[in-house]
Amino acid sequence: MLKIADKEFKSRLFLGTGKFGSSKQMEEAVLASGSELVTVALKRVDLETETDDLLSHLKHGHINLLPNTSGARNAKEAVFAAQLAREAMETNWLKLEIHPDPKYLLPDPIETLKATEELAKLGFIILPYIHADPVLCKRLEDVGTAAVMPLGAPIGTNKGLKTLDFLEIIIEQSRVPVIVDAGIGSPSHAAHAMELGADAVLVNTAIAVAQNPAEMALAFKMAVEAGRMAYEAGLGAISRSANASSPLTGFLNI
Amino acid sequence: MSFTTLFHNTNWDEIKSSIYSKTAEDVERALSSKKRTLEDFKALISPAAEPFIERMAQESHALTKKRFGKTIQLYTPMYLSNECNNICTYCGFSFDNKIRRKTLTDEEILQEVAYLKERGFNHILLVTGEANQTVHVPYFKRVMDLIRNEFANISIEVQPLDEDEYRELHEAGVYSVLVYQETYHKDVYKAYHPKGKKSNFEYRLDTPDRCGKAGIHKIGLGVLLGLEDWRTDSFFCALHLDYLQKKYWQTKYSISFPRMRPAEGIIEPNVIVGDRELVQLICAYRLFNEDVELSVSTRESEYFRNHVIPLGVTTMSAGSKTNPGGYVVEPESLEQFEISDERSVEEIAKLIKDQGYEAVWKDWDRSFISSSPFGGEQRIDDLTIETDKHV
Repeated sequence: MLKIADKEFKSRLFLGTGKFGSSKQMEEAVLASGSELVTVALKRVDLETETDDLLSHLKHGHINLLPNTSGARNAKEAVFAAQLAREAMETNWLKLEIHPDPKYLLPDPIETLKATEELAKLGFIILPYIHADPVLCKRLEDVGTAAVMPLGAPIGTNKGLKTLDFLEIIIEQSRVPVIVDAGIGSPSHAAHAMELGADAVLVNTAIAVAQNPAEMALAFKMAVEAGRMAYEAGLGAISRSANASSPLTGFLNI
Repeated sequence: MSFTTLFHNTNWDEIKSSIYSKTAEDVERALSSKKRTLEDFKALISPAAEPFIERMAQESHALTKKRFGKTIQLYTPMYLSNECNNICTYCGFSFDNKIRRKTLTDEEILQEVAYLKERGFNHILLVTGEANQTVHVPYFKRVMDLIRNEFANISIEVQPLDEDEYRELHEAGVYSVLVYQETYHKDVYKAYHPKGKKSNFEYRLDTPDRCGKAGIHKIGLGVLLGLEDWRTDSFFCALHLDYLQKKYWQTKYSISFPRMRPAEGIIEPNVIVGDRELVQLICAYRLFNEDVELSVSTRESEYFRNHVIPLGVTTMSAGSKTNPGGYVVEPESLEQFEISDERSVEEIAKLIKDQGYEAVWKDWDRSFISSSPFGGEQRIDDLTIETDKHV
């Protein structure tokens, strides 16, 4: 079973809650996905009214909230937002997002490392959104990250695992769970990530903007399960070429 | 280098003739290319693109859904003052218009705020004319002190200011600044703005640069559709956007499409921009720039707003009044321009919902403007974060 910090998860599919046509649609998709961890943007939640529409649709016993700091441009802003989120949503889990570039929403590695270090000292369980940078992943481990969330492709693009080679290195080297985040556009992408040995995937856009979000969420659930099962069963090796018909070393057998 | 340098190297007449000589082939190329350029934008706003409007709309819809999801953000303007020392021949607040001038007092502002909060608004746009003797930075800061904790997101559309003034206002909690060039045709600009500080074309043109340097989170651009050839003007606006986005890469941008509306004592539009053309323009912006916010206000008709939601728009105002105190304090004071879509925000929220979109009331948290003095210090005083400037 997947374990992040001290928490165990039956589902290896995490969901984002943005971009849905309604909160009800979002709730149906989250339930269909079987996800136990959903990320919620602090900036979208109205913490003053205590009747926030988004949060009220996520009140299910098995669903854990993962507040994110989307909107923060640097470590200082992220650390401040994290503390507000902890207070308001009563969880020390945090998806750390620092993307100063509003165009492609690419994460800032320097600020992310800095913030992770500070937040770890403050007792947060941190899941940082990062580029698929194996060295950064090791640096984050060193300062106490609970997991790493490398991107498959720029967020919201549905392009799949464009960073494949680097994801493979990260998965090979990591001592913390690896959650492929961003860019996963179809269930086959998710299955592929799981076959590689990713511990989980996070999906948002592909489900939220589907014609039928709940149906798509179920498709992702099945794909993630299938991919994981294949990984655990042990995939066959892929031959680089067909077996040569005129082997070069055949003479040794004579 | 500021935008003015680039602007002076770009010739209006050459751009105009280049836009008008685009062919169906150019439009096809623009539609099928993966990363669209300013040349592609020219093709998409050209007369040659008119027969392609349905394809443009489909593509704009798909791109917007991918980037922003099925959401529309709601905001409303709050006019603080109609005092103005500028003569703008198309504006109800123009200095030479003999109307009663009004600037809201603290008490009046709070009354308006209470009403708008009751309606559910969390994003607000503060609007004034340009009266530097009375409606100045100290006034804006006082207003921010009054209302900062009432809204998640506060934008301003006021006279252009200096860089350090923007920095002060950003620290006071201002999230975004809207400043429309009105027209990028310098001579025409001079004719429409004969008197007042606004007649300084270059100072206005470099305003977004000053906002960018001051670390303002979002900058809103636009041209007043109706003053000059909308295609050429919109090209310059897109050029401006492209320049800013590369230079101030941490800043967000939005584009508005104000079409001239009737107002007290104003001139007729020089150019009529029809619904079909406005849709073409909205879609062209989306195809050119997948992440820019596109905003449509209550200047537009009910009919147009009913249909524009899935076409690429991300932001709408609702239930707006364009006069100071217009919501509660003094509903009869003179408005800047006539609102066209007079429906309440409840009706607009329902319209959005009925089209399968979520009306988003809050998409920002004031805690992100970290250097501002509203309670941040106490909460983070146990931290040892280096306070590098990242703006």
